[in-house]
Amino acid sequence: MSARTDSVLIVALVAALLLGSSAAYAIAPEQMPTPQLETRYLALIQGFRCMQCQDESLADSPVDLAADMRRQIRDMLLAGRTDQQIRDFMVSRYGYFILFKPPFVPKTAWLWLTPGVVLLIGVIAALTVIRRRAALAATDLEDNDLTDA
Amino acid sequence: MSRLRFVIPLGVFALLVVVLAVGIQQSPDKDLIPSPLIGKPAPEFSLPSLTDPAQRVSSGQLLGHWYLFNVWGTWCVSCREEHEMLLKIKQSGVIPLVGLDWKDDRDDALSFLKDAGNPYATIAVDHDGSEAIMWGVYGAPETFLVNPQGIVTYKYIGPITQQAWEREILPRLPMGRTPAMPSSS
Repeated sequence: MSARTDSVLIVALVAALLLGSSAAYAIAPEQMPTPQLETRYLALIQGFRCMQCQDESLADSPVDLAADMRRQIRDMLLAGRTDQQIRDFMVSRYGYFILFKPPFVPKTAWLWLTPGVVLLIGVIAALTVIRRRAALAATDLEDNDLTDA
Repeated sequence: MSRLRFVIPLGVFALLVVVLAVGIQQSPDKDLIPSPLIGKPAPEFSLPSLTDPAQRVSSGQLLGHWYLFNVWGTWCVSCREEHEMLLKIKQSGVIPLVGLDWKDDRDDALSFLKDAGNPYATIAVDHDGSEAIMWGVYGAPETFLVNPQGIVTYKYIGPITQQAWEREILPRLPMGRTPAMPSSS
């Protein structure tokens, strides 16, 4: 590519950015410079809750605040921050509520452990019942044998 | 034993009802999300002043004073609702209000303050919304109480009412700083 096409591209890119920032877009396909950054960006914005429309992710939300937060995440990615640093930043401002997948910390331990505990209780109960039934069936058979004899 | 077999599922069900009922009762209002900033230093900032863009409003200037950091915008209906209360707070002289004009039009903001009165000691401009994210703001108006050490001690979400001022904000200020109450006339 020649230097001239390069500069044309840059001018076009800058123009697009300037226009994009003033337009009231809903969910614009915000491009990242490399496919790797794009993948990380998309994964990140899908993992954060939009604080205004709380059942939507930042990726899906058309509100202004979500656009501002996507821009914040984009800026941090471009500045070379890791995914974890970006997640920590968002949590430090908005709390764990912003994460769709809550982390495993003491406060949320019950949330993660309850399904396992309930499953364990269920398995133990099922095993007890099955064993008792099996034992009952066995004695029935013996009884039958006796009566038949 | 055979009787107990009917009681156990009932007991489990009753327990579940209690757990879920408590969960529903205790669950905080979905609109009021507690701020992780409470007890932590307020975000550092240096932003242009609304009234004089050549001047800057910075967190450093505010150290050493209690202040209320109020996020507002002329586009925000609840902020207009709150405005009269802010004027009363200013009148009381108890604590200065520092405004953050969030994603607003400068001319709109200035003409609004000219018409309705300006309750703020100083107003910083957050033109693109990035400062609001630093404070974890998700809807205006939101108000932060900051102490002289620059620590956020409380956050109030929504328009400040007379009741909120008397019950939530005033009691959090040090003793002896609660003179003339804003009259509710």
